Amino acid sequence: MGRKLLLEHADVPGIETFDVYRKHGGYRSVEKALKTMSPEEVVEEVKTATLKGRGGAGFPAGMKWSFIAKPEGVPRYLLCNADESEPGTFKDRYLMQYIPHLLIEGMIVSSYALGANQAYIYIRGEYMFVLRIVEKAIAEAYEKGFLGKNILGSGFDLDLSIAPGGGAYICGEETALIESLEGKRGNPRMKPPFPAVQGLWQCPTVVNNVETLATVVPIINMTAAEYTKIGTEQSKGTKLISAGGNVERGGVYEIELGLSVEEFIYGDEWCRGIKNGKKMKALVPGGSSVPILPAHLITTTANGDTRLMSYESLSDGGFASGSMLGSGGFIVFDEDQCIVRNTWNFARFYAHESCGQCSPCREGTGWMEKVLHRIETGRGNMRDIDLLADINKKIEGNTICPLGDAAAWPVAAAIRHFREEFEWHVTNPEEAVKRNYGMLKGVTA
Amino acid sequence: MKIEITEQKRPVLSEEAKAEIQRVIGHYPEGRQKSAILRVMHIVEEEAGGWLSPDTMDMVAEILSIEPIEVYEVATFYTMFNLQPVGKYVFEVCRTGPCMLVGSDNIITYLENKLNIKVGETTTDGMFTLKTAECLGACGYGPMLQCGEEYHEYLTPEKVDELIEACRRGEIKGNKVV
Repeated sequence: MGRKLLLEHADVPGIETFDVYRKHGGYRSVEKALKTMSPEEVVEEVKTATLKGRGGAGFPAGMKWSFIAKPEGVPRYLLCNADESEPGTFKDRYLMQYIPHLLIEGMIVSSYALGANQAYIYIRGEYMFVLRIVEKAIAEAYEKGFLGKNILGSGFDLDLSIAPGGGAYICGEETALIESLEGKRGNPRMKPPFPAVQGLWQCPTVVNNVETLATVVPIINMTAAEYTKIGTEQSKGTKLISAGGNVERGGVYEIELGLSVEEFIYGDEWCRGIKNGKKMKALVPGGSSVPILPAHLITTTANGDTRLMSYESLSDGGFASGSMLGSGGFIVFDEDQCIVRNTWNFARFYAHESCGQCSPCREGTGWMEKVLHRIETGRGNMRDIDLLADINKKIEGNTICPLGDAAAWPVAAAIRHFREEFEWHVTNPEEAVKRNYGMLKGVTA
Repeated sequence: MKIEITEQKRPVLSEEAKAEIQRVIGHYPEGRQKSAILRVMHIVEEEAGGWLSPDTMDMVAEILSIEPIEVYEVATFYTMFNLQPVGKYVFEVCRTGPCMLVGSDNIITYLENKLNIKVGETTTDGMFTLKTAECLGACGYGPMLQCGEEYHEYLTPEKVDELIEACRRGEIKGNKVV
């Protein structure tokens, strides 16, 4: 049984209420931080814990905090990125739905560290039912004196509210999120200036993922020294993993970083293997944007080491034979799944979600979708496969935000590892159409 | 995107809706009321029966003291807003990778046949609109669809039938009839 730092009490009945949460040790980190630590000490603690951003990019949270500008008389803001839209990822919803006070607690401590007196949670609009749960929890926290003026007599003030999106994947990109929170279209901004200098309403702003902010709570409670005893050399602590696709038991699991991927997929405590007794064909370990890996490369690295659920092990081998932990969205494919069909599906997603600001992404994602659709529906030719690689190169690195890269990587990886399947679609068009006939229904392209 | 202009009077906001709008505007500093736009649009859309006409969007602009174009550009960017009338119940079936792996396209086809409409259409009795959506964050519990604020997960044809019947019996919260 792995240690649970975030979801330890997630199953306790009534844990979504302040009283039950408090009874199970809730809000201790607020007392500890506000009464016994300086904001700088909190930042230092999170830095020492080497907490990596849990949204997908894995950027060290403590370092991000230390970049925040502190001009005199200018307000600072903490924004929680709850726009969770990366296909395969649904851990933040779980956390907010079942244990909303953990996020609020983490945000109080984090705001204190940053010197922010106003914080917002930006949650995707489709999670309106979760917004209502969190909003209720926020109201309770105000009532109990953990939000508002002079929290616990410390002199620290914090206002927190939650705002919904309107259905746009791009708003998970931090500058697009800021634009959206200003009431505009979610077009990412050019960086620099970085949000830490000019963010919300041009004020210094930090944007952190839900799980990142929640993880601040156990770090403060147990100290960074204890926290860093969990995990591997470069990946400390625990991570929420959302498992979906063809696994026996999909869902959200908290794992100690360093668990073997094989154990996670097949272990009784976790996914319990592939549905219907089938074999695993491939896996995407970090949400749809990260490279897909064939089964043999997911359980062991190219040098034959056991593949572990950690930042460094999942990216071992680079993109040639590795992938990324990303958001921790595990998408598992059984032996009957068609890689071309799935690659097209993901390409359609990115074409749909491109904000349209940069031509390489706006045009390129659409091209890729069309070319993949052509191959998928038995109308492709061999040149199309190279054309995809060519479009890929023209998108990657040529856009304001990483959505372009996120769209290019899965296509490149699918061709890298499953080229013969793309070729099979070209040489066996009729069979390809027959095999995937179901997918042609409801096609909007 | 094709936008046909359909006649619709502005919705009459309920007292609760008005209070809710004032409350959410209050979350932002003086002069930053535009930040409340998405929440206000969700509230007004609900009051207007599930969609936003140009006239209704103008009303949002007035509430927030901004130009109508600022509302239009937001409304056409975010996919959740309906700019055409929709049925009482809108089924949004997730079609993205993880759901597709567990058979979302079969659910979409089943719904098309059952309701005798294509994706994007509304039944002639105005009861159901069928749409597809990109990943709704329920990847471990697919196939799934969203109806109103509710998620319906682990869908099978039988469960879809039950859901449709529950809608017909009025047991599921649908769009307001205005």
